[in-house]
Formats: sequence, C-alpha cells, structure tokens
Amino acid sequence: MRMKTIPAVSFLCAGTLALAACGRSGETVTMAGSTAFQPFAEKLAEQFMDAHPAIVITVQGGGSAMGIQSAQSGAAQIGMADLVALPPEANGLESVIVARDGIAVIIHPDNPVSNLTTEQVRGIFNGSLRNWNGLGGADAPITVVSREAGSGTRSSFEKILKGVSLTKDAIVQDSNGTIRETVANDANAIGYLSHGLLNDRIKAVMIDGKEPSTGNIIAGVFPLVRPVFLLTKGPAAGAAREFIDYVLSAEGQETIKDNGLLPAK
Amino acid sequence: MRLNTETIVEKALLLVALSALMSLLLIAVFIFKEGVPFMVKVGPGAFLFSSEWEPQNGLYGIFPMIIASIWVTLGAMLVGAPLGIAGAVFLNEFVPRGVMRVVKPAIELLAGIPSVVYGFIGVMVLAPLIRAHLGGPGLSVLAAAVILGVMILPTVMSIATDAINAVPNSYREGALALGATRWQAVHMVVVKAARSGIIAGVILGMGRAIGETMAVIMVAGNAVRAPGSPLDSVRTLTANIALEMGYASGMHRQALFATGIVLFLFIMVLNSIAMAAMRTRAGGR
Repeated sequence: MRMKTIPAVSFLCAGTLALAACGRSGETVTMAGSTAFQPFAEKLAEQFMDAHPAIVITVQGGGSAMGIQSAQSGAAQIGMADLVALPPEANGLESVIVARDGIAVIIHPDNPVSNLTTEQVRGIFNGSLRNWNGLGGADAPITVVSREAGSGTRSSFEKILKGVSLTKDAIVQDSNGTIRETVANDANAIGYLSHGLLNDRIKAVMIDGKEPSTGNIIAGVFPLVRPVFLLTKGPAAGAAREFIDYVLSAEGQETIKDNGLLPAK
Repeated sequence: MRLNTETIVEKALLLVALSALMSLLLIAVFIFKEGVPFMVKVGPGAFLFSSEWEPQNGLYGIFPMIIASIWVTLGAMLVGAPLGIAGAVFLNEFVPRGVMRVVKPAIELLAGIPSVVYGFIGVMVLAPLIRAHLGGPGLSVLAAAVILGVMILPTVMSIATDAINAVPNSYREGALALGATRWQAVHMVVVKAARSGIIAGVILGMGRAIGETMAVIMVAGNAVRAPGSPLDSVRTLTANIALEMGYASGMHRQALFATGIVLFLFIMVLNSIAMAAMRTRAGGR
C-alpha cells in the first residue's frame, strides 16, 4: 500500500540530497535511467568515489525514457539511455556513447530450444507463434515476457527486429532484473535482457545461429546490439564531467569490459 | 495564563487537523486539474470503455485495467472476507479470551508486513505453484487475489471482531435461554446484530485491495488485456500508474492522472458505503 509512493519519495530524497550536498564542499551527481546499464554505472561510481572521496554519485534506475526525461528536467545530472537511436525527446541533450550492449533472448534452462531465427523471435513477440512445439520445444504455450514501453532495451529490441508489435498477452516487467527472475521461474517463458546480465539461472538462445557472446558482438555478427548513451543537459561540467571522463578512460572501459559489457570503441 | 495555554493548544491542534484535510484537498485538486482536461479531450467514453492502451500511438483506453482491478479486488474479497469473518467469529465466540489476546495481535501483525514482501512471496512461491498445478503463466488474477486476500485479512478481521465484540451479551444469553445451540446463537443472532460492522470491515478491506500497488505489480503479470480466466495475466489501474509514471510525458502523463481519478472515485464510493454501513449500526441501537 505504502510502496507506491517510493518513486516519488526517492525523487524527493535525491533532490534533498543534492541540495544538502551543495551546501557542503563535496558535490553530488545523480544518475538515472537504463536499468540495463544501472549495475555497471553503480560499479563505476563506486570505483570513482574511491578515487574522489569528495564527490558522491547516486545511481537510480527507471528506464531509458526516464533517463532522458530526468536529464532534460534536471532531476539527474546524467541520464542513462541504451537505445539504437535517441528519440526526439532527447533533442538538446549532449550525448556520449560509453559502451555497447547486446540484447540476449532468454529462456528457461530446462527448455530444449537453443536456436531461433529473427523471423521466429519476431513471430513469438508479435503473438503469431504461440507454442514451443513448432520451435523444437515441448508442446506448451509460450509465455512472452517483455519490458514496459519506456524501456530502452524494449525499444531497441523492437527496432532491430523491425515490425514487432508486442502481443497483448505479454507479461510486462519493469526492469532487466525482474525479467530475468520471471523467466528463471517459468519453464515456458521467453524474454530479453542486456547480455551483461546473463547468468546460469536462464539460458540465452542463439539468434540465427549466433551466440550472444562478447566475441560475436564485437565482431558485429550478433544482430541485437545497441549503444549506451550518457546524456547531460548542455556540456557536462564539474563532477559530472569528471565522472564521464572516468567512464571513458582506459580504466573505466576496462571495468565495463570485465563486467560483461562492450567498450565504446 | 492557563486559559492562554488552552487556546494555543486548541489552535495548534486545529491547524494540524486542518493540514490533514488540506492535503486531501490538494491531492484531489491536483489529480482532477491534471486528469479532467485529458478526459474532456479524449472523451470519457473512449477513455473508460476502449480496450486499446497504446500511449505511444495516442490510444488511451483503460477498460481492461478497470475490469482487471474489479476482478482482482473481487477475488481478494472471495479469499479474504470468509477467512476474516470466520476468524473473527471464532476468536470472539469459541475461544477463551486468553487465546484471543495472543492470536488477534498476531493476525494484526500481518498488516505490518511490507507489501513488497507479500509480492516477493507471491512471485517465488505462489506463482510457480499456480503455473505447475493449474497452468497459465502463473503471474495472474488468481495469484494477485490470493496475495491481496491475505493482505486484507487483518483489516476485515479486526473490524469484524470489534463489531462482534460490541454485540451485548444479553443477545447471546437470550438466544441460549430460548434453547438455541451455541452455533445457532452465533449465526442467527450475534452475526446478524453485528452485520453492518462486518460489512464495513469487508468494504474497507476492498478499498485496501483496490489501492494496493507494489504486490500487485509483482504478481499480476501486467499484461494490458481484460482477463478471460483467473489464470490470465492482468494489469490493474494502480499498477498502470506505477509502471508508466517514470517515463510518461504530455498526454500520456495526463492519462495516468485520469486513471488516478477513476481510482479515486472507486475508493470514495467504497469508503462512503463503509461509512454508511457503520452509521446504520450506530443508529440501529
């Protein structure tokens, strides 16, 4: 009952924190947006804060659309968005690509299916393919799990696959993490998430015979790849600038690579 | 001097009391200010009775979500009301006072468990059970109804317990003296006398169920579709607001406020019915 106020409250808190910090000598940078990039941003922020104790960086999720919106409104100094292309709402924002990220199509580990064509993935998410038996699996209905409409992962996924209009039967989850949980708990489910968040509770299927491996993504053979943008209103300055520079530095890019994402270049 | 303190305390309390009222008023004004222009623009019919919710394409029909909210809430009533009422009757009429003093607070403790914990249990335990034994995606009307039914149990039970407790002992004695068995006295006299209080408890529980958000987002699956069976995944009105407010802008944002108006009206109506029921009880004696 009380939980519904949480996003609003966290906004307020972020705002108050920022204000409180302005009064002190240190600086606070708030980041918000893509839930796919969030864990990486948190890791990078941690390392950055170790080296710069005077700066506090807070990282929030919310989805790419929220990242764009909060960068526009000033609620966050840095917005995170992982989209194939930035939408018109991002006009006027400074953007820099800090990483690239593959989108893996995931199923339950017990599901015998191991390869799908882009055509089949499109059919499943459109709702025209409804049973696993035509795809090499058991005779069971497919549970389609998708992100909400504001998600960068979803809009990239739909854009790269071209012509996906999500079936009304799809279950909607609002973060990469809950997608993974839902698929891990349902033997008939199919979903998609950032390939950096794959683990052994779920199984990534090959797309057109290509595994979503780091090697394949770097080589450009895996089709589902999108860039991760950091967005600022106007040229980044102060602590935000320092942090973005850190992310783009050799050390930051190394962290991104070690944790399963792809460096920007 | 003494009088002065009195007035100061009185005024301060008045101010505090008014601030509660003011926040209600502000919330109402704000929701309506944002939502009503939207309803006028789109048309109440297209908003309330269309099944197409595609904000990115300018389609704002919340009918599936209204139906989903009603299904989930009625489902929660089916689970929570019988359990709550039976529990209240049992605790009041069939159990020694000492036991009641332990059991009742324990059940009221259910109200203190955060809704995200209920949701977590729903996702981890209940949904897989439903999927394995009944089929469907598991995240469904049924899962939401069961979780909400347990969540409203303390509300229904404590109000029903108070209502039954308030029935004078002479009613029970009279019934027993006329030769009624214990059970006959309970269901023919005591429950009848406490009826309006019990109904009020059930309706307040309903208000809680329809407004619950976090647990429902986690277990209902959030598919925008009017349910065809209790095993289908649905999105309630509250879940719709919470899921989309993060990135909604312009018309879409207003549409969420308009969704808020619909919820507001739902809860106002439920609360008025509950209050009327409670008044009947007070006036009836």
